[in-house]
Amino acid sequence: MSDLPTPEEMLKVDHRPPSAGWMDSPVEIRKGIACYAGNPKSLEAVGFPNPRTWSCFDEDWQLPENWQEILHEGFKERLERFRSFRVFMDICVRCGACADKCHYFIGTGDPKNMPVLRAELLRSVYRNDFSKIGKILGKLNGARPMTIDVLKEWWSYLFQCSECRRCSVFCPYGIDTAEITIMGRELLNLLGLNIDWIITPVANCFRTGNHLGIQPHAYKDMLDFFADEIEDITGVRLEPQINKKGADILFVTPSGDVFADPGTYTCMGYMMLFHFLKENYGFDITWSTYASEGGNFGFFTSHEMMKRLNAKMYAEAKRLGVKWILGGECGHMWRVIHQYMDTMNGPADFLEEPVSPITGTKFENAKSTKMVHITEFTSDLIKHGKLDLDPSRNDHLKVTFHDSCNTSRGMGIFEEPRYVIQNVCNHFYEMPRNTIRESTFCCGSGSGLNAGENMELRMAGGLPRANAVKYVHEKHGVNMLACICAIDRAVLPDLMDYWVPGVDVTGIHEMVANALNLPGQNERDTDLRGEPLPGIEGQTEEEADEG
Amino acid sequence: MRLKKLLELRKRPIIDQWFERVIKSYAPDTAQFIKNQKDPFSNPFGSVLSKGLAVLFDQLLTNPDSETVKRSLDPIIRIRAVQDYSPSQATAFILILKNIVRENIKNELQDSQTANELLQFESKIDALSLVAFDIYMACKEKIYDLKTNTERNKVYKAFERAGLLTETSEPDPGLQRS
Amino acid sequence: MNAKYIVSLLAVVVLFLLAYVGVEAAGLQVVFGIIIPYLAFVTFITGFIYRIMDWSRSAVPFRITTTAGQQKSLPWITDDKVDCPSTSGGVVLRMILEIAFFRSLFRNTRMKIKEGTKLSYQLEIFLWLGALAFHWAFFTVLFRHLRFFTNPVPVVVQLVENVDSFFRVEFLTDIIQIGVPGVYLSGLVLLLAVTYLFLRRIFVSNVKYISLASDYFPLFLIFGIAFTGVLMRYYAKIDVTAAKELTMGLVSFRPTIPEGVSPIFYVHVFFVSILLAYFPFSKLMHLGGIFLSPTRNMTTDTRARRHVNPWNYPVKVHTYDEYEDEFREKMIEAGLPVDRQPVDTQPAEATPEESEEKE
Repeated sequence: MSDLPTPEEMLKVDHRPPSAGWMDSPVEIRKGIACYAGNPKSLEAVGFPNPRTWSCFDEDWQLPENWQEILHEGFKERLERFRSFRVFMDICVRCGACADKCHYFIGTGDPKNMPVLRAELLRSVYRNDFSKIGKILGKLNGARPMTIDVLKEWWSYLFQCSECRRCSVFCPYGIDTAEITIMGRELLNLLGLNIDWIITPVANCFRTGNHLGIQPHAYKDMLDFFADEIEDITGVRLEPQINKKGADILFVTPSGDVFADPGTYTCMGYMMLFHFLKENYGFDITWSTYASEGGNFGFFTSHEMMKRLNAKMYAEAKRLGVKWILGGECGHMWRVIHQYMDTMNGPADFLEEPVSPITGTKFENAKSTKMVHITEFTSDLIKHGKLDLDPSRNDHLKVTFHDSCNTSRGMGIFEEPRYVIQNVCNHFYEMPRNTIRESTFCCGSGSGLNAGENMELRMAGGLPRANAVKYVHEKHGVNMLACICAIDRAVLPDLMDYWVPGVDVTGIHEMVANALNLPGQNERDTDLRGEPLPGIEGQTEEEADEG
Repeated sequence: MRLKKLLELRKRPIIDQWFERVIKSYAPDTAQFIKNQKDPFSNPFGSVLSKGLAVLFDQLLTNPDSETVKRSLDPIIRIRAVQDYSPSQATAFILILKNIVRENIKNELQDSQTANELLQFESKIDALSLVAFDIYMACKEKIYDLKTNTERNKVYKAFERAGLLTETSEPDPGLQRS
Repeated sequence: MNAKYIVSLLAVVVLFLLAYVGVEAAGLQVVFGIIIPYLAFVTFITGFIYRIMDWSRSAVPFRITTTAGQQKSLPWITDDKVDCPSTSGGVVLRMILEIAFFRSLFRNTRMKIKEGTKLSYQLEIFLWLGALAFHWAFFTVLFRHLRFFTNPVPVVVQLVENVDSFFRVEFLTDIIQIGVPGVYLSGLVLLLAVTYLFLRRIFVSNVKYISLASDYFPLFLIFGIAFTGVLMRYYAKIDVTAAKELTMGLVSFRPTIPEGVSPIFYVHVFFVSILLAYFPFSKLMHLGGIFLSPTRNMTTDTRARRHVNPWNYPVKVHTYDEYEDEFREKMIEAGLPVDRQPVDTQPAEATPEESEEKE
């Protein structure tokens, strides 16, 4: 016939040479997978090296002359500073237990997305640069010198890892690919290689206190607007306190909750909870515009940047003179708070050991860091019967819970959110066991990969999560995916839209607020989203009588 | 009807061969994973594929019902649409079935009735591949929608609700990209 | 791809020939029976200590424990004391389970949908079983070999020997006589397990894809060790008394080369020496590394007890004062409290100008 390929040939066209070793298949940086390069202005704003306009699709990445030397020195320095890095470079036996645990591998089918290979990207250079035997045996032993192609491979695959730590749960030596990705990205940053979706929020956060670059007056306007909305729905007027000196507690939440749907409803939820507590128990909490970001995209660039951004929390707590800090629903924010903050910016000896002013519960587990997770706080309130809840206002929801990677494997908060959910809504269904808790699958967009241009990667990476949601959606009619992470709330709606239409996304405190009876409230006929509550017409009269 | 009987008899091997050839489009270690990992939650593609191909083949043996066909094709194509394949590569797996069927009944093709029925059968495969292309396109359109509507929209939607859009005239550089 | 294991296999064959010919043809018993074992042992000890010291020199700046269970928080929530240990006791238990029973590997639970929608759980246990069999068999074999280095043989060692050979297989023909000296289960299990681990690397394609020469080499070497050992015991039937004379000579620092020791014995000893010398410079150091793995060997009470980073240094931050200086007018206009009032301009007048400038 012609030179047109037959379907068979078409299928066999494989851009990844099947039998070649992984080192022999060069990296392809592709649209839909890769993220755009960082804006030089953002790099300048935080004093990062080599700011310039460049694109990862270019041939020339405009690296500094001595880039190999910079990398080598950086590598060496990090080997000395981080035992994790050093040990993880040495002890992998390539048993393959992690291979199929990565959501990006499962979703994209790209073998280089197996966690072990992501780590081998760095190990191959490590063996060449830091081990004599490795260098002599060369490729046979998996060693190779750092070249521009290797660098591009690093860049591509280190930004196809969401630092979710799922592989580390299954590794017999606890090798944590997140740790390796963190180091790798830190090294790339020494050469000015970053993605805009990370570095620009970092620059924004440094200046304005939050990733979106929202200035203080706009922050207040948003909270005022939420107060209006809440008044429309409940008839109760509430006044959020902002930057108030001498308040008991400082509240910090990711700015996504304040500025992006559907996180905004979660934010309204916090406000209603705080109002309820203020009216009933004199609870005194303040928001801050200076520390208006719980999240920390600095964590996705370097340890130093993470510390620079995180410093605002303690600084603001000290300035305002609060007793302790309460933290909103967020994933990587809580990894940073739980495992890094106290070490980096502590000791917080100007704060008090956290005690719930309402129940008197001492949060012993937070006595040094002095920061409490809001679901720890709320579940304690519920346990002590301090909230007036009507879960039937969530009866239109069939809820499942997505454990966020960071709060799961970097903190271990599993029961608190479940306890809250089960007390504020009547229909709760778990996803299959090997897709939740410590085995939870990532949303596919974590660690700063929630950009738009890499949508194919995000959808592929989120496939295992979506697949489990689909299962409970089909089996139990689940229509609401609850989570305690702002990135989840930002990205899961897209993921659901593509894989499981008919499932919406919510934070837990949105549901808490839906169920919470505010003192002096009107009969509510909609939920926080303005959607009519089920069966409200039939019940109006009876409930009006009660009220 | 002769063809139908032949194919029903060889259904299992044909579906197996079909499955094998589809997963050959992946790197060998991925292919082995797709084939051997039986847990549907650890291996969504393998599970969707093996279920889908069986249903599709059954449909081809009778008068295909367009809803059923779409329901089985959609999850397969939906996954391939976000993997690293060209449109032709993503949908070619349907046309492959022609070759597999021909190989499986090549001895019986002397019979003109069977040969005739095969032509009709193959037309159904063609139709299937057109449906697949529609689904592929819809998936891609969805992706492009998501790309343009992502963060920007969510943030602006919230701002709009708050009536803040005119006040924040200084756009955030991070939002311009999407 | 094949090169990686062919080269490793060739290396082991060459090592075999080296020792066999060296002893049989060149009469280098002293080299293979005394010098090399001593050198290897010294290399092993110093190398192992060096590696551990080297790792320990690297700081542990953060407590990055992998939490694989419920944290300890409120008193009425049961915490997972092993998978999310908040106490040192919990960490010890976690490490024991990890090191002795490969708990994380065992975690490979998989789920299957069987006919319809009924869920059933299944364990992907082969890697776990294989690895467990391998390591425990290796350990038992090693322990049994204390017989060759102690006199009198401690009771424990004898006990282990008895348990190990409890399972007697007697298979006696004129040619093969298995079972006569009492079969040590550990040796056979070791051989089987090492074969399984090798085959896995060849036939499971994603494991094959990631395997390096340094993954195959130790497998071949250990196979060689186990094989020569089994050969000596059940087939070649070496003079055990002479062999023990040699090994006792080594440990008592009065090395001798007794008469009538089979070359296979020297090959065996040479393989072991190579393994010992190779150990500290290879992935086999995972034996030591697991104890230092920061995601496993630390507690999870990171918010209750502060962890100190030895190299924590001050960083440049954006202070509240800098922040307020930039946004003061807007904050005042929005009714937000500020720390310092503007000195020169009135906020009401300044704001419109300010916003025009920005545009």
